[in-house]
This record gives sequence, structure tokens and C-alpha cells, in this order.
Amino acid sequence: MPTVTMNVNGNSVSAEVESRTLLVQFLRESLRLTGTHIGCDTSQCGACVVHVDGKSIKSCTMLAVMADGCDVATIEGLASEGKMHSMQQAFMDNHGLQCGFCTPGMVMSALDIVKRNGHKLDEATVRKELEGNICRCTGYHNIVKSIQAGAKAMGD
Amino acid sequence: MVENGIGASVRRKEDNRFLIGKGNYTDDINVAGQSYACFVRSPHAHATINSIDTTAASASLGVIAVFTGDELAADGIGPLICGVTVTSDDGEPHRAPLHPALAQGKVNYVGDHVAVVIAETYAQARDAAEKVDVDYGLLAAVTDTGSAADEGQPQIHEVAPNNMCFNWPFGDKDAVETAFAAAHKISRLELVNNRMVTNPMEPRAALGDYNEGTEEITLYLTTQNPHVHRLVLSAFNQLAPEHKLRIVGPDVGGGFGAKIFVYAEELVVGWACRKVKRPVKWTSDRTEAFLSDAHGRDHVATAEMALDENGKFLAMRVMTQANLGAYLSTFSTMVPSYLYAFLLAGQYTTPLIYSEVKAVFTNTAPVDACRGAGRPEATYLLERLVDVAAADMGLDPGEIRRRNFIPLDAFPYQTPVVQCYDSGDYETALDKALLLANYAGFSARAAEAKGRGKLRGIGLSSYVEACGIAPSAAVGQLGAGVGLWESAQVRFNPTGNVQVFTGTHSHGQGHETTFAQLVTEQLGVPFENIEVIHGDTAKTQFGMGTYGSRSLAVGGVAIAKACEKLIAKGKKIAAHALEAAEGDIEFGNGNFSVAGTDKAMNIAEVAFNAYVPHSYPEGLEPGFDENAFFDPLNFSFPAGTHVCEVEVDPETGVVEIVKYSAVDDFGKLVNPMIVEGQVHGGVVHGIGQALLEGCRYDSEGQLITASYMDYAMPRADNVPSFDVDYAPTNPPHNPLGVKGCGEAGAIAAPPAVINAIVNALGVKHIDMPATPENVWRAAQAAA
Repeated sequence: MPTVTMNVNGNSVSAEVESRTLLVQFLRESLRLTGTHIGCDTSQCGACVVHVDGKSIKSCTMLAVMADGCDVATIEGLASEGKMHSMQQAFMDNHGLQCGFCTPGMVMSALDIVKRNGHKLDEATVRKELEGNICRCTGYHNIVKSIQAGAKAMGD
Repeated sequence: MVENGIGASVRRKEDNRFLIGKGNYTDDINVAGQSYACFVRSPHAHATINSIDTTAASASLGVIAVFTGDELAADGIGPLICGVTVTSDDGEPHRAPLHPALAQGKVNYVGDHVAVVIAETYAQARDAAEKVDVDYGLLAAVTDTGSAADEGQPQIHEVAPNNMCFNWPFGDKDAVETAFAAAHKISRLELVNNRMVTNPMEPRAALGDYNEGTEEITLYLTTQNPHVHRLVLSAFNQLAPEHKLRIVGPDVGGGFGAKIFVYAEELVVGWACRKVKRPVKWTSDRTEAFLSDAHGRDHVATAEMALDENGKFLAMRVMTQANLGAYLSTFSTMVPSYLYAFLLAGQYTTPLIYSEVKAVFTNTAPVDACRGAGRPEATYLLERLVDVAAADMGLDPGEIRRRNFIPLDAFPYQTPVVQCYDSGDYETALDKALLLANYAGFSARAAEAKGRGKLRGIGLSSYVEACGIAPSAAVGQLGAGVGLWESAQVRFNPTGNVQVFTGTHSHGQGHETTFAQLVTEQLGVPFENIEVIHGDTAKTQFGMGTYGSRSLAVGGVAIAKACEKLIAKGKKIAAHALEAAEGDIEFGNGNFSVAGTDKAMNIAEVAFNAYVPHSYPEGLEPGFDENAFFDPLNFSFPAGTHVCEVEVDPETGVVEIVKYSAVDDFGKLVNPMIVEGQVHGGVVHGIGQALLEGCRYDSEGQLITASYMDYAMPRADNVPSFDVDYAPTNPPHNPLGVKGCGEAGAIAAPPAVINAIVNALGVKHIDMPATPENVWRAAQAAA
């Protein structure tokens, strides 16, 4: 079995994996980083979004071996010293989550949206950018508000 | 207002763990020595099983065991059951075919469970599952709801001739016919309520762990009702005695009904972990979820309204055919019957209603409750029919509703279809909704849109639903196998903090926050010192779980009653400590005080006294920990009016929802932020049904919408932001004055959306989902 080495949330990790192991399986099963979720098998729902070398990707669509040598950021790495990231805080303040299952993917996608579109986000931009993330609970209204507020807070 | 008490939009207690990636969903749980299950599923909709050869699978790398229905039956496990009886028109109970957890000689839908492979890793289990060799004898399949009971169709179950589960008439047929004969006008509509796949974002999962020492099975499950699961798995499926079966429903990623039911995979995993003496985990992938989660809706119906010359409703007649799928899921029979026909009066004074529901079997996945369950089907039919009647009479849709509303002074109102509505002010809700939607300004907006080549339409939906499910005696009379009370335990610890144990289950609704608000309001304990615990049969007392928008209206009242008991006991303790008569003790803001004096003690001090009863009332039990059960006297009846405004592009058929306004009566709101979130989510579920979602089987029974590539879930760019307001009334039978809010949006939205599209296109009707193709065709036909 191949060995993969990557930097996950600032920690270097190394493990043997089957070559067919998906990055999301590696994160969840080998590293027990279960904050990244699996909601579908067709790269549609976005529950598994993480950042690889600073780029937002669906970790169900990438083999673990493809992330060899990469920097990977997951939802678990966002808060620092017990303080939530501004985007996480914005989701809490705006009731941007209900069951919480899609939430890690939403937050990781939100950060990518801010990175590419800046801190002043209009509703239409956020809605268009979120087309790769499905939520069944919130009706998106408060997720959109959360991302706009989080983007603004990150710029302040 | 008490800080963080009733009426405050408190930030949610549960959010921190979800936001930092520390939620604890079933698939996140791992037990030492865990193995993995993969199910072998039927690729055919209807077939006999001639033989199953497991030799190659058993020899496959990492395989621990392969089981078929034979092993399950030999151990006396199963079959799966349906818990509600509906009496058919021949006086016999509904036809209930055998529902084995692993097939016995026959499969009846694509995805039906044939065998299970257990292996060291999931990949190995999946590899081996492909090596299970099943010899099928193909049979013709039937999938179409409307024609399943027709002569000459393939027969699925011997016990159900013509694929009929039941034919359930309700109401005075002759009186309705007489009213129709004398009517000024009869409005008529044929419509389909499209089949949905419920699709909580967390797929179902089960992890079974058998302890040989204690002979106890612990089953971690994606469940909305851990004790109901335990009861059914124990009493009816023979998995283990209740006291040797622990169900843990940890964080659950959405339910919407789909996680109420007892599924084959759950029973098989629970049984297999004892059989192989290893923990066994199964997690559904999304295609398995499409194939085997219980689906929702799937009706075809004809609805007729008899009207007088003033547009008053005289009588209604509804003929419905409902698809129950290949087998009866846990509560399936009650959805198109009691939860449907008993809501057909809606907000109106229609004095006579006759309904006939034919429920049929087809070679499709079982159909059961999906957010709203029966009530969306009733509301869609009624609110579409009302708009057709308005058009037939030349009346404004708002005006015909107003002429037929149950008036404010008529509550409590006995409808002709069993339900007695608690409270409502339908006209105020309509007025507020029309104002919120700027209904008066619509024609100007439509004219402006026309200038841009767009068709603008506006649609109303005035709904009522029955939730706060349910009075036990009433549901017992109807044939339910359970009572639908709820339980609570409120426990002070010696240091003064509080644990609230509820029999409900939160899977997104925010109970940990809302219920803590109830307790802080009532007992004056700081919000942060209250923890709400649910979802584990080893921790909480028996409870009925969460569905039917019942958690606050039933479970919340149980909590309030337990708090009342604590206050009553606390008065005795405080009276003793403060050397006063019990009758002189008053309680408020967390303090027991002697009336007219400054002598007082905090409830935390009282709790400490109860656990360290050195100086204590004679004969009083130590401890400060009370439980309560609440069986509601009636359902609760949330209601309101939603207004949807759309713009249709006649060139492409694309519908854009440009404005959506909701005015609801949920009674008193405990956490308005959470309630508004429930409205948003429910409305989008309804918009999904109206515009996007359609579960399709082909004529051979293959599911052709089995992934998110093929089944259109509503996404952020399909829906607008919402304008939400309230028109509350006070339900007299509910001690908290609350009604329930979780399903209202999914009930109200579909007719509001379709009424708007029909208005835009100037057509009589369009079936859901109103996809661009369907809308374009309708626009072309109308042009």
C-alpha cells in the first residue's frame, strides 16, 4: 500500500492507505477528523469541502494519494485558541445552521467565496457561488446572511 | 422578560460543536474491533429469487460473514411492521404483506434487501457483495400510482388482490351528492402530488455493538425517535428484550420524517453484531438512500367543489389514489388516510366533505411520512381547487378565501372531518400576508414585467395543519399501535445546575436551546447552567420522539409540568428552611420567598438542601429531580397565509420566485430566530416539491432519479430570501400556548408557488414539479 504524507491543519501526518482511498475517507477514518462529512457520492452536495493548498475542493472527489505532499485545511483547523473564526461566528450569530451536517462544507466554501470575491458580497453572488453546497434544513436564507456577515467581519 | 427566556432569540447551544467540526453523528462513531456491512440489493423491481450462491463472496478477502433471509428467519428475527391500522371499506383491516428484512424468495423493488456481507473494511464488504450470485426470475413490474389497481396489472402480493392495500371512504357520500346536485357551480381539478425523496443531508447509518458480558446490544442509529425504535425492534422484530437493547441517536443530520421508521438495515445490523460477535457498521451512500429511504407523497387525485352563487363552498368531494410502495413502512398507512383526509376542510366552513382514498402497492420503495406527511397533499389539493373555484366564479383568490374562512368567533371549530380546530384568526393572517406581499401593487408589477417579456404571477395559500401530535386516546381509536404523549425529567444536581431529559429528539430543531429557554423562564436558573439531554435510551426515560411538529407543543409541556413539580416541592423545602408556612412561600425569578418579608432562598440552595437534607421537612423525600408526562387534549392547528410571486420567462420556462411572504400562527414563539429558520427551511422544501423535485421510476421499475445528478434538490440560487411575519392566536388547550412550526412551510408553499405560476401563465393547472420544460410546454399551449 502506498504511503501518503500531508500537512493537515498544520500537523504533518503520514499513513499507509489503499490507493483507492478517497481523501475524505483518509481524513475521517485514518485521522478521525470527522468534521468533514459525506453527503453524496457524486460531488454534488459539498458536505466534504476542504482546502487543499489553499484551494477549495470536494474531498470525496480526490484520492488521498493525490494530496500527498499537500497542505490540507479542514473545519477542525479554523478555530484558534478556543476562539471561532469570524466565519464560524457569523454562522452562529445568524442561525446559519440547523442539523449541522452540511455546515462544515458550507463554512469551508464560504471562506473560498470570500477569498475569490472579497469582503463585500451581494446576495446574488453568494447564492450563485453556493450552487455546489446543498442544505435541506435552512432554506439558505440564513446561510446567505451568515456568509455576507462573515465576509464583512473578516475584512474589518 | 427573563434573560434568555421565552421570546428571546437566543443563539443556539448546539452550534459550537457543529461549527468546529465536533458534531457526533452516527458515522462519526467508531468502536474498537468494528467491522463493516454492505447490503446486496435487488437490481430488479419484481423478481423471484431462485437461488443465492454466497460461496465466492464468503471466500473474498476480509469477509467475516454473508447472511441471507434464511439465517435471519432461522433466528426468528423480523418481519418489519406497520404500526397503524386502517379499516378498508370491506370492514377488514388494510392488507399487510410480509415484509422481511432480508428477502425470502422474492424481491419487490429495486434496492430491496437480498443479503448482507460483513467484512473487515467497507471496501472489502462492497467488493464481496458484488460476488454474491443471485439467480432471479424476472416478473413484470407495476410502478404507476393511478393504474396500479387496474385489471390485468402484475400482482405483487398474494394477500393484496389488485395491489390494493385499502380503500378508505370517509364522510357522508349521499349528503355530498345531494349538495352537488343543487350547486350553482362545480369546480373540478385532477392533480398529481409528486413523489419526493426526503433527503436529509446525513445519510442513514447504523452501528451495532453487542456486549457478550451483559448480553446487551447498543445500536447507534440515525433516528428521530430512539425509544420507538427500541420498542419496535424489541416487541415486534424480536431483536432483543427492551432492557437489553440500547438505542443511541446521537447528533442526527436532519430527518424530515425519513428517520422515524424502522428499516431493514437497522434490524440486520443489530442482529448481525451479535451473530458475528463484532461491532458492525453500515452507512448508506446517497444512491442507497434514494433506493431505500422511505419516499414521500405520490398521490393522484380528483377534487371537486360545489359552490353557491356567492362563491360559498357547499360541499367537497375528493377521490385519491395513494402509492404506498412495495411494502408498508412503519407509519405508512396513516399518512394518506388520517393525516390527509382529516385536513381537507382547510380554513373553510365547507359543511360537507366526502373523501375516498385507495392505497395501492407498487414495485417501488416504501412510501411514508415526509415533512408534513399527508397535510401537504391535502393542502395542495384544497388550495389549488380553491383557486380553480375562484377563477370559475370570477372572484379574486383572496376574496373567495375570505368568504369561506371559519370566522374568529367560531373557535373552537368542529370540522366535518373529525378535527376540532383549537384557535385561529385566518382573516388577520390573510390581511397581513397581502400587505407584506404588497398584493395591491401586483398589477403594476405584472405590467412592468410584461414590458420586459416576462410573465408575472401571484399565488396564495391559506393552510391549516394538525400537529402537536397527538392525543393518545384519539390516535388509539384510529388504529395507532402507540400513544403519543411525551415525557420529561428535570434534574437539579446538588451544585444547582440542571439536566433536562426529554423524550423528543433534536435533529436540527434546536431543542437544546429552546427547552433550556423554557426552564430558565420557569425556574430562573441561568441559561448556561441548563443542559438538555436526548437521544439515548440509556439516559432518558421512555419518550415518543420528534415528528409531526410535536416537540415543543407536547414535549415542551412535559418539561413545564416537571418544573411545576419542582416548584411545588421546593416550596415545602423552602418553608422548612425559612421557618414559614408552605402557603406563604412564593416563587419567582429563581427565588422562594416568604410573602411580605425579605426572607428568601434561591432554587439552587433549595436543591442543595434536598440533596443534603440535614434539616428537612419531615416525611419529604430527598432529592430535587422530577419527571412528568404530557398527553395533549387535542392536536394543535398552526395556520396562515403564504403569498408567492413569480416571474416566468416564456422563452425558457424558467420560473424565478421574486418574492415570498409568509404569515403564520404558531401560537407563542419561544425562540423567534429558530422559528423563522424553520419557516425558511420548510418553505424551501415546499418550493423544491413545486419546482424541482420529482422522484421517477421507469415502467420497468428502475429508479431513474437515484443521485443528486438526476434528482434536483433546491439550491441557494433556486430560491429567494423570505419575508416572514406572524398572526398568533392562543390555543386554549396547550398550557404553553404553542402550536409547532417545523412543517408549516412545506405544507403551505407548494400551492402558493403553483397558484402563482398558473396565474402567470393564465392556465387552469400545471402539475408539480413545474420544471422549465413543463412550464415552457404549458406556456406554449396557452399562447
